[in-house]
Amino acid sequence: MTASKPAIARDGGLSLQQQRQKAAFWFLAPMLIALFCVAAWPLLRTVWFSLTDTSLNNLYGGKWIGFDNYLRVQTLSNGTVRYKGTLVDPAWWNAVWNTLRFSVVSVVCETVLGLIVALVLNAEFKGRGLVRAAILIPWAIPTIVSAKMWAWMLNDQYGILNDMALNLGLISSKIAWTATTDTAMYAVLMVDIWKTTPFMALLCLAGLQMVPRDIYEAAKIDGINPVKVFFKITLPLIRPALMVAVIFRMLDALRIFDLIYVLTPNSAATKTMSVISRENLIEFDKFAYGSAQSTLLFAILAVFVSLYIWLGKVDLSGEGGK
Amino acid sequence: MAKIELKNVKKSYGAVDVIKGIDLTIEKGEFMVFVGPSGCGKSTLLRLISGLEEISSGDMLFDSERVNNVLPSQRGIAMVFQSYALYPHMSVYDNMAFGMKLAKASPEAMKKRVLEAAKLLQIDHLLERLPKQLSGGQRQRVAIGRAIVRDPRVFLFDEPLSNLDAALRVQTRLEIAKLHHSMSDVTMIYVTHDQVEAMTLADRIAVLRDGRLEQVGTPAELYERPNSIFVAGFIGSPKMNFLTGKFAADHGCTTLGIRSEHIDVVTGGMWTGQIVHAEDLGSDNYLFVEVGSDEPLIVRQEGKLTMKVGDTVSLSPKDGQLHRFDQNGKPIR
Repeated sequence: MTASKPAIARDGGLSLQQQRQKAAFWFLAPMLIALFCVAAWPLLRTVWFSLTDTSLNNLYGGKWIGFDNYLRVQTLSNGTVRYKGTLVDPAWWNAVWNTLRFSVVSVVCETVLGLIVALVLNAEFKGRGLVRAAILIPWAIPTIVSAKMWAWMLNDQYGILNDMALNLGLISSKIAWTATTDTAMYAVLMVDIWKTTPFMALLCLAGLQMVPRDIYEAAKIDGINPVKVFFKITLPLIRPALMVAVIFRMLDALRIFDLIYVLTPNSAATKTMSVISRENLIEFDKFAYGSAQSTLLFAILAVFVSLYIWLGKVDLSGEGGK
Repeated sequence: MAKIELKNVKKSYGAVDVIKGIDLTIEKGEFMVFVGPSGCGKSTLLRLISGLEEISSGDMLFDSERVNNVLPSQRGIAMVFQSYALYPHMSVYDNMAFGMKLAKASPEAMKKRVLEAAKLLQIDHLLERLPKQLSGGQRQRVAIGRAIVRDPRVFLFDEPLSNLDAALRVQTRLEIAKLHHSMSDVTMIYVTHDQVEAMTLADRIAVLRDGRLEQVGTPAELYERPNSIFVAGFIGSPKMNFLTGKFAADHGCTTLGIRSEHIDVVTGGMWTGQIVHAEDLGSDNYLFVEVGSDEPLIVRQEGKLTMKVGDTVSLSPKDGQLHRFDQNGKPIR
C-alpha cells in the first residue's frame, strides 16, 4: 500500500462509516430519483385525482371533493338516503371478486405445476439444458401476442381447440370459450397458467438447486421414501424461495390487465380491478372515479402483501436460514 | 458388526473408470482408513460401500451376504458426511430421531436412543437447537450422533474433519477414536486425504492411487515397509527423502528413500552439504541440507541445535533404514 496522505485530511474529517454512507447515498440517488418520478409521483397524483372531480378533458381543473368518489351519502328531499361511490358500486366489487378469484386460482395452479416441472428439470437427464430453455418459450412471448394467439385457438367458429374437442367427442357442440360468461374465466385462467408456469418453474428450480445433494443422500441412508423426503425435507427447505416466488406472481396476478383486455374484452365474468379502473379513467370519462378505483387497487395490494409477509414470515432480506 | 468383502469391485462413469478392480476384506470391528490423494477414488469407494453409488462390476458382501443391489437403508450402515448434511430446518433432536421416527419406532425407544447418543457425544444440552445455531464441531458431533442412533453394522466417515479448524480436528479425531473403542464390534470405514488422521485412527490403512489399492496394512507396516515409492512418499510427515542418480546407484537402486529421523549428523558421513533452511518446531528441528540431489534432504534433529543456516554438515543414514526402489518404484529387499 502506498498511503500518500493521511485519510483524516480528506472529506472534512468524516469517519469511515460516514464516508461510506455518503458514497452509498450518491450511488443510490439516481435510483431514488428515477423511482420517485416513475412510481411515487404518479401514485401521489392518482391519490390526489381520486379526491377531486377531475375529468379527462380538464386534467388540471379538478376541484377538491373529499371522499365523494369513494363513498357519498345523498339524502333526497323525500327523506330516502342513497349511497354512491366506488365502495357501493357492484361493478367494482364484481371486479374485486374476479381479480381475487383469478389470482388465487392461477397462482395456486402455477405454483403446483411449476414445482412439478422444476422437480423434473432438477433431475439429471440428457438434453436438460435444451428442455430448460424450451420451457421458457410461453413466458418469453409478449402477452398481447400469446393472448391473440389463444383467442384464435379458442375461437368458437374456427378455433383449433373446439375442432379437436369435437373430434375427440369431448363436447357435442362448439363452445364460445371467451364469450360465454360461464367459460370466460376458465379461458383466461388456462392461458395465464400456460404462460406463467415456466416462470414459477424457474424460480422453484433455483430454490431446489440450493438444497445440498448430501442432504438427500443422508435421507437415503435414513431410508426415507421419496414422497416423505419431498414433504419433510425438500418442501421446508425451498419454502423461503417458494414464498418469494408466490408473492411475485401474486402481485402480477392482482394487477392483471393485458391478457383479459385482449382475450375477453368487456366480459363482466373476467373484468378485473385494473380493467375496470382503466374503463372509468379513459372510456367513461370518469377520471376521478377511475383514480379512486386505482387507489383502492393499490391499497388492496399493499394490505395483501403486508399480510402475506407478516403471516408467512417471508424473508425478503435475502439472508435466509442457513 | 459386519465383515465386508470387496471382490474385484469396479466403477465407471461412462468411459471413465474410477475404481479399477479392488479386492479388499475389512474385518468385523475393524477401523479401516482409505487414504490417498484427491481423485484417487477413495470417496467413490466409500459411496459404493454405502450403496449411494452402484458398483459397475464385481461383488460386495456384508457378512457373506451379497449386497450389490441392496438399498443403502437396508445395508445397516450409517454415514457421516464431510458437510455434516444435517437437515437445516430440524432441531438436533429431530435430526437424530428423523430416521427412527419415519420407521415408526416407539416414542420411548426413540427418545432413549437419542438421549444415549447425545450423552455419549456430550451434546445433550443442544437437543433443542437448530443446526445453524451450532459451531462446526458441534454440528459434526450431531452428525455422528445421528449415525449412532441408526445403530449400524458399519460406520462410514467421509472426510469428517476436513471442515474443522486444526485444534478442533485433533480433538474430534480423539473423540472418534474413543467412539471406536466404545463401539468395538462396529466396523468403521473412514476416508481421508490426511495421512496423519489415517496413521492415528486406523487399525489398518488402505492406500489408494488412481482407482487401485496401492497397499493395505497397519500404520506401522506402511510406515516401515512401504510397498512402493508412492506409499513411502505418502505416509509420514515430513515426506520421505528421495535420492536418485548417483546417490541411488551407489546402493544399487533407482531411487533411494530415507526418512528424516533416520539421518544422523556425523563427521565424515555418507553425504555432505550446506544447511539452506531450518525449521524450529520447539521439540524438533528440521534441517534442509543441500547435498546435490534434486531436493534438499530433510533431517530431523531433536532438542536445541548448535548448527545454523549456512553451516556445512556431514550426514549418514541409520543402519537398516534405507529404502531402495527399482525403476518401477517397487522396493528391493
